[in-house]
Amino acid sequence: MSLYGADLLALLPELIVVVTACLVISLDPVTPASRRDLLAWLSVGGLALCLGLTGGQINSLNIRVSAFSDLVVVDAYARFWKVLFYGVAILTILMSLPYLKAEGMHLGEYYGFILLALSGMMVMVSGVDLLTIYLGTELMSLSLYVMTGLNRSKPRSLEAAAKYFVLGAFSSGILLYGISLLYGAAGSTKLAAIAGAIGTRGADDPLVLIATILIAVGFSFKLAAVPFHMWTPDVYQGAPTSVTAFMAVAAKAASFAAFMRVFVEGLGGLKADWSFLFLVISVATLVLGNVVAIVQTNIKRMLAYSSIAHAGYALIGFVAAGRGVGLSGATPGLASIMIYLTLYSFMTLGAFAVIGMLRKGGIEGEEIDDFTGLAKRQPLAAFLMLIFMGSLAGIPPTAGFIGKFYVFMAAVEAGLAWLAAIALIFAVVSAYYYMRVVMVMYMREPDPSSIAPPRLVASPALSFVLACAVAGVILFGLFPNPLVSFALQSVLTLK
Amino acid sequence: MTSSFPWLSLLLVLPLAGAVAVYFATESAARWIALAATLADLLVALPLWWLFDPQASQMQFTEHVAWITAPPISYSLGLDGISLPLVLMTAGIMPLCVLASWNAITTSIRGFMAVLLVMETTMVGVFVALDFILFYVFWEAMMIPMYLLIGVWGGPNRLYAAIKFFLYTLAGSVLLLVAILVLYFYGGHTFDILALSQGTYPASLQIWLFLAFFAAFAVKVPMFPFHTWLPDAHVEAPTAGSVILASILLKMGAYGFLRFSLPMLPDASRDFTPLMVVLSIIAIIYGAYMALAQVDLKKLIAYSSVSHMGFVTLGLFVLNQQGIEGAVLQMVNHGITTGGLFLCVGIIYERTHSRLIADNVGLAAPMPQYAVLLAIFALSSLGLPGTNSFVGEFLVLVGTFLWSKIATACASLGIILAATYILWMVQRVVYGVPSPHHLPALKDLNHRELATLAPLVLLVFLIGLFPNPFVSRMHQSVTNTIASMSRAKVAPTAPPSAEGTAPLLADNGAQLKTQGPWR
Repeated sequence: MSLYGADLLALLPELIVVVTACLVISLDPVTPASRRDLLAWLSVGGLALCLGLTGGQINSLNIRVSAFSDLVVVDAYARFWKVLFYGVAILTILMSLPYLKAEGMHLGEYYGFILLALSGMMVMVSGVDLLTIYLGTELMSLSLYVMTGLNRSKPRSLEAAAKYFVLGAFSSGILLYGISLLYGAAGSTKLAAIAGAIGTRGADDPLVLIATILIAVGFSFKLAAVPFHMWTPDVYQGAPTSVTAFMAVAAKAASFAAFMRVFVEGLGGLKADWSFLFLVISVATLVLGNVVAIVQTNIKRMLAYSSIAHAGYALIGFVAAGRGVGLSGATPGLASIMIYLTLYSFMTLGAFAVIGMLRKGGIEGEEIDDFTGLAKRQPLAAFLMLIFMGSLAGIPPTAGFIGKFYVFMAAVEAGLAWLAAIALIFAVVSAYYYMRVVMVMYMREPDPSSIAPPRLVASPALSFVLACAVAGVILFGLFPNPLVSFALQSVLTLK
Repeated sequence: MTSSFPWLSLLLVLPLAGAVAVYFATESAARWIALAATLADLLVALPLWWLFDPQASQMQFTEHVAWITAPPISYSLGLDGISLPLVLMTAGIMPLCVLASWNAITTSIRGFMAVLLVMETTMVGVFVALDFILFYVFWEAMMIPMYLLIGVWGGPNRLYAAIKFFLYTLAGSVLLLVAILVLYFYGGHTFDILALSQGTYPASLQIWLFLAFFAAFAVKVPMFPFHTWLPDAHVEAPTAGSVILASILLKMGAYGFLRFSLPMLPDASRDFTPLMVVLSIIAIIYGAYMALAQVDLKKLIAYSSVSHMGFVTLGLFVLNQQGIEGAVLQMVNHGITTGGLFLCVGIIYERTHSRLIADNVGLAAPMPQYAVLLAIFALSSLGLPGTNSFVGEFLVLVGTFLWSKIATACASLGIILAATYILWMVQRVVYGVPSPHHLPALKDLNHRELATLAPLVLLVFLIGLFPNPFVSRMHQSVTNTIASMSRAKVAPTAPPSAEGTAPLLADNGAQLKTQGPWR
């Protein structure tokens, strides 16, 4: 035990999350249904502890702790993402409290699974060994499969879980296959060793190239990048809304974080090859995501396609990073992804929080038409949704504009002004479907025949989530400085 | 004289504060709060007219606060002779918009007034921003309020008009963002508008940037053939929305050309002059012909706007002192005259609930005061000597004459056509035979409506008879703009390499390395 004392200390936040998860799951059977709220608060408490631990080190950018013979590392880059994940997880749990009760499936293990998925994400961002990263990915994915199918009475939820599991397992297989080929080529699964091996073997080794492509495909599934996005709409629509929010925000960010570390730290020597690959993927992703979102009538499905499109925008930052010379040339691109995904989290969480609690007679109103006339019935709720939609469309002075600004800045700096122009033109396309939500809320008269028009059911927890989300969207839109400098400095710790 | 008092920030903050106050107010108090906020803004703006030093060549009332450090974006504001009249016009038009909406808006008055006030902040912001990103933020931020203004409080076909306006203008302006970012990397890593205006850019790059700027500004002006959103938006918008669109929003496009395209991209501007002149003349004549064919008053004025804005872009792109001064004056004139005409249409619409000329015939008998004011705005619109538009159009034509006599002849056609459609409209609306079933419903102007129109009538004659104070204040700034266009050209330099580590100037490269990214 004393042998691993320092290692375990480095992973203290992960341990706290796992222990809290086990506590929640084991306390669940002995907790009466009326007091299950306590399990949620227990989870929030554990997360708050982690937030204090990691957040306390947030300004010590140079602290870099390697643990377990360089399988994991805790550096500023990992801490950036972890703080984001804690925040997202806390908000998701608070959002879930009223949502799960309204859906009649307030189960204690739900919180346990959120924490387990979170611990997987934390391992993903800290892992500097492909197998460690893989383990984290699987832990996250398996928890998400279960959470997707949590609503056992709904066929759509079960279908989504099954679909997600089959495709997810398939993609994990591809990822693992790529890892094994890379192990064959490099003789190690450690990112630093792989980078060294690529340096000596040369970048045009076919084995390395195939392995890189397979790993890229595996991650593209997790990021929901075209053409590996097929699972996203069905899963986002079928899963409970709070789970969808968690997937769209945290799972996507974690996949991006691990993906960036793998491709920059491990496969940086091949960036001439992969930057072209991701150029094609990013254009396909943002074009398809934005165009298909137009025809959706279900708002969760629309946001699923919109989240695909947003992955495309974030990938532009990655392409720009690939075009830059050395790590300093890659900094703006990588930092822009971190900024983008952080800001995207606020607006997406906010939008899903509104969707989850917009209820018509006990049922979730998840059609876009359910928002008809919301501005008349509940002006504040409609106004919040207006802000979230405007931010997703990237209209200043919201956070969405800042996120897009930094991504396009990086793209133009890398000589990709034409890519920025294409992406921005498709941002206009996206404005159409986001503004359609605004349109039905503000400009359509509610159907007079309906007896119980959908209303946003308020609760203290939901109000807190919405307040946090809207504060993030507005404040980071007006004062992005702290976030930007934090991201710029954190990304420098990538080797 | 540059005073340290933050005049311009006050101008931006007052309407926003009003909007917040409106949110907490009752429906009936909302009108008064909005009126107070816009009047307060006007009171802050008015002293600038006298405090402004017409001889000074630099920006005045400047404010500068760092906003974002990486890349360096600052909250910097300032006024020169070009933006001063536009800011004053904005501040002057907004109280009239509130007054015009007093009874016309019946649903969610608080929301309406809040939207108007937010619009005022963003519009003033566009004219006073000295940082390109700050400008872009204001430029884009106005879009959602305007979308709501048309879409929520507009006419029967408002949904279509609102989304058309939104997508058209957004599509134009996203390319502007790319152009701004490209300029940043070529222009010495700054978003400062004045610094960027001093830079020299390779000729081939200027062409692309000009086209991107053109996409944003030409849609907003709107120039032919990007004008198709305008008639829809004008017709469907509530009166205040039409006035804001015509008087202020359209000016932002022309202001963009003058503030950015001409000084930053002088070579491309010269290359594109023939095209711009041709497009302007097409707009003048086409707009006038379309106006002739309209049966809807608002549509008629909307198309006349296309025609009049053609004069503005014509004046800008003949690239001489007379032309540009005429164009700036014409921007203000169009704001006053067309704003007045839209207010007149709004007043009659409240009475007859129709904007068709056929339904509003012979108003001279039941509404004599209204008829006089409508006739004054109409005569100003056709450029009668003694009214404001005559001075502006005359200057533009003088400027055009120096550039090309044929172009001048073609543009003058527009004035003749304007006389035709305007006089024909006046003939029917004012002096036609009234339809008997309307007569009882028609009351002449009340005090509120008179107060809405009177300031504009006053300005019509003030500028028409004494244009000198207006022209003299913009003289120095226009001279500057023209001087900066003829600055020494530097041979095309290599663009920054794709990696962005070797920018235009060597010292910038050093800066980049020492300060990290985006500096």
